[in-house]
Amino acid sequence: MWIGILVASLGCYAEKLLGTVLPASVLENERIRRTLGLMPVALLAALVAVQTFGSGMSLALDARAAGLAAAIIALILRAPFLVVVIVAAVTAGGLRALGWAT
Amino acid sequence: MSGSEPPSTGRYGRGVAPPPTRRQIHAKAVSIAVASGAYAISYGAIAVATGLDVWQTQTLSLLMFTGASQFAFVGILGAGGGMVAAVLTALLLGARNGIYSMSLWPRLQLRGGRRLIGAQLAIDETTAMSIAHAEPVEDSRYAFWVTGLWLFALWNLGTLVGALGATVIGDPGTFGLDAATAAALLALLWPRLVDRQMWAITLAAAGVAIVLTPVLQPGVPVLAAAVVALVAGLLPTRMWVR
Repeated sequence: MWIGILVASLGCYAEKLLGTVLPASVLENERIRRTLGLMPVALLAALVAVQTFGSGMSLALDARAAGLAAAIIALILRAPFLVVVIVAAVTAGGLRALGWAT
Repeated sequence: MSGSEPPSTGRYGRGVAPPPTRRQIHAKAVSIAVASGAYAISYGAIAVATGLDVWQTQTLSLLMFTGASQFAFVGILGAGGGMVAAVLTALLLGARNGIYSMSLWPRLQLRGGRRLIGAQLAIDETTAMSIAHAEPVEDSRYAFWVTGLWLFALWNLGTLVGALGATVIGDPGTFGLDAATAAALLALLWPRLVDRQMWAITLAAAGVAIVLTPVLQPGVPVLAAAVVALVAGLLPTRMWVR
């Protein structure tokens, strides 16, 4: 666990540091810049999907989906970050406590 | 650390009242840092709930210091994904910080130790603040440092609070902390969904990850979804004209 934590942490730091030594001309390549800019969107979207519907190597529709739906409503209502997270947690936890979802 | 007097702007030393614009920049930086601190509380809680100890959770906030990568890292481990997939996803998400420092550096012009510290602070919020106060260049530097230092302090404080709080909770499912992970990641994604292209990439990437979940090891479907960004980024720009 520690090795992975240190490799990932130092790797993320190295990426930041690399940007201070690379010539700015790298950024002039429109496609490189755009692809790197789109990367977080694709990865975050995939993570949201897997965290909501994935269960190991199978798919599941459970209380997490209701939690995500509640989070979407909170985001549309421009709720602050912590409220969005709490609304999702309370929705999912509440449905489980009531026995309405797994 | 006071945070209000960043080390790079020594000429605005003690006893010199900052001009109003600095006070405004400072106030904005603090509000951004407070919001991030709240986010860090949920990160700390989720990280501990997925099996990291407090030290490991805190180390990620100190050394990695980039929220999306930290959330992805603990999320993939929590979902039973392998360490390699978790590390690679964190690195792919962190790649944008390299772009930030690349675009920040001509303005910051840091050397030596400040370069090493400044690089760590090159993240979404500091870049946005530095660009928002681009002129004069001293303001831009001030905005970068004051946002970065406050954010670093409150991000790590929030992490500690969340991590210590979660040690008393136990099973993540009980309080819906597993749903909180998805919500936290969605809240990071949400502000980026500004046009049709972003929505298209979002839906395509989510679709790819879901279709591949039953056939690949946990964590790998997320990496595979990075291909969506590659394809979209390499397509000619005119395909995306709104």
